Amino acid sequence: MSVTSTAEQEQAPPPPPSSRSWSRAREDIVEGFRQRELWGHLGWQDIKQRYRRSVIGPLWITLSMAITAIGLGLLYSQLFGAHIQTFLPYITVGFIVWNFMSGCLLEGTDTFIGNEGLIKHLPAPLTVYALRTVWRLTLMFAHNLVVYVIVLAIFWSDLTGPYRITPVTGTLEPGIGLSILLAIPAFILLAINGGWVAILFGIISTRYRDIPPVINSLVSLIFFMTPIVWTTDILTATKIGGEGDGSWRILIAELNPLYHYVQILRAPLIGTEQNWHHWAVVGGLTVVGWAMAFVVMRNYRARVSYWV
Amino acid sequence: MVSINVWNASVDFPIFDAKSRSLKKLVLGKVGGKIGTEQKVPIIEALHDITLSLKEGDRVGLVGHNGAGKSTLLRLLAGIYEPTRGSARTLGKVAPVFDLGVGMDPEISGLENIMIRGLFLGMTRKQMEKKVDDIAEFTELGDYLQMPLRTYSTGMRVRLALGVVTSIDPEILLLDEGIGAVDAAFLAKARTRLVDLVNRSGMLVFASHQDDLLFELCDSAIWMDEGHIKMHGSLREVITQYKGRDPFASMDRETLERLGIEPALTTNPSEV
Repeated sequence: MSVTSTAEQEQAPPPPPSSRSWSRAREDIVEGFRQRELWGHLGWQDIKQRYRRSVIGPLWITLSMAITAIGLGLLYSQLFGAHIQTFLPYITVGFIVWNFMSGCLLEGTDTFIGNEGLIKHLPAPLTVYALRTVWRLTLMFAHNLVVYVIVLAIFWSDLTGPYRITPVTGTLEPGIGLSILLAIPAFILLAINGGWVAILFGIISTRYRDIPPVINSLVSLIFFMTPIVWTTDILTATKIGGEGDGSWRILIAELNPLYHYVQILRAPLIGTEQNWHHWAVVGGLTVVGWAMAFVVMRNYRARVSYWV
Repeated sequence: MVSINVWNASVDFPIFDAKSRSLKKLVLGKVGGKIGTEQKVPIIEALHDITLSLKEGDRVGLVGHNGAGKSTLLRLLAGIYEPTRGSARTLGKVAPVFDLGVGMDPEISGLENIMIRGLFLGMTRKQMEKKVDDIAEFTELGDYLQMPLRTYSTGMRVRLALGVVTSIDPEILLLDEGIGAVDAAFLAKARTRLVDLVNRSGMLVFASHQDDLLFELCDSAIWMDEGHIKMHGSLREVITQYKGRDPFASMDRETLERLGIEPALTTNPSEV
């Protein structure tokens, strides 16, 4: 008989550190990253699953992005009196980047709620589910990049030389050059931010189910507040308000953190003027965001399976 | 070294009703002052003061009424729930088979479910690709593995889940009730594999209401009652106490023979 008696149990080794410890939180994140085959597979599965039984499958991601970009590009270039050759690429890239970011925010809130079954039935680091969400969005981003490549091919000659998005009043943009390579670190930085967003908002949303609808309505508002279908040229144009130089209006964009995220990736992709302060802001937010995610992970990691 | 140690662990579930789960209550509660006891989230004490020590080679059956805490205890042992008070430590590669409907995606094929389960249990994709043929053969599902899981019967799901966990050499196997859904022939096959597994430096914890299954797979037992461990001892003693009668007395001859117990010996309580 191998059952230990009560007397032996009393002499058991001291209990392990409590579930609220930095080392357990770190362990979860490190172990989560290590299981990349798992979240990689789950992320792919999500994409395949969404378009199972449809004829063109994940190509729908690409196609719907193309339709939106062309429609909005045509409409807004007319509204703002901009050249379609440069405004369409601007909107397309802005929209692709926005899709990834809003995806992180919206699907991030659903990271743990949506994986309730798995969380309650299979022991795995929580980080795996956050990475699953970010990886799925990365794959969707990759599908959308096809639209970018097509648009780039069509308007190549307009984008590679200096151009203005808004005629006359707009800033002179340098055009696409070697700086396009900056898009790679920019996207990596965006994906890293997706990680903390999914962990932080995912855990808060699991506890407070009002958070997802709050984020939902905020995201659609922020979309209109962010220069995606309009340009910052419009904000700085002196003519609008009549009096004053109008330079304060740029704060509408500058105070919006998502503007900086859009800008670090969009600028190299369409060859507009790069401003280093965008990178600084994003870098700072990355550090702050991960610090918050780490604190929440330490305090509430063990509670998530109780809350879902 | 495979072991499970639990010290004075309790598991309390907060039950958020629609109101207390929202921010509204939290905000209004602070502004409007006390609303009496309503401010507290009601709690269900699923497990209370559990102390347990299991080691290599243990094959433990979990018995108890519905809602006694068997499934929660299994999840505590798996590390899914960390105790709200006390502590628990599980050393070894854990493979749980819990609720069979959940944790598997009904829309994707059996093969893909095998892959996902395997990856969750710490295998790599390559390792799982090698195991697939073995699992297909063991589960006897054949071409059915290409079909989406929603077309499977309960028994077929059990076969799939058991096929995966037994093929990956886990050290700690946690089975919830439900595996009784398979037919006798498959059960005999599964039993050999499970016993083999436990003998190869493993541990098994199995919750069930079926005596014959418990006797096939376990040698000791824990009786759970209202979140406590009411009794922990040899399987036969625990079942006798729990049911109020000797389990062998009601088993038919065939089952006893399969278990390797001489019917004549059943009158002798010292022999299990």
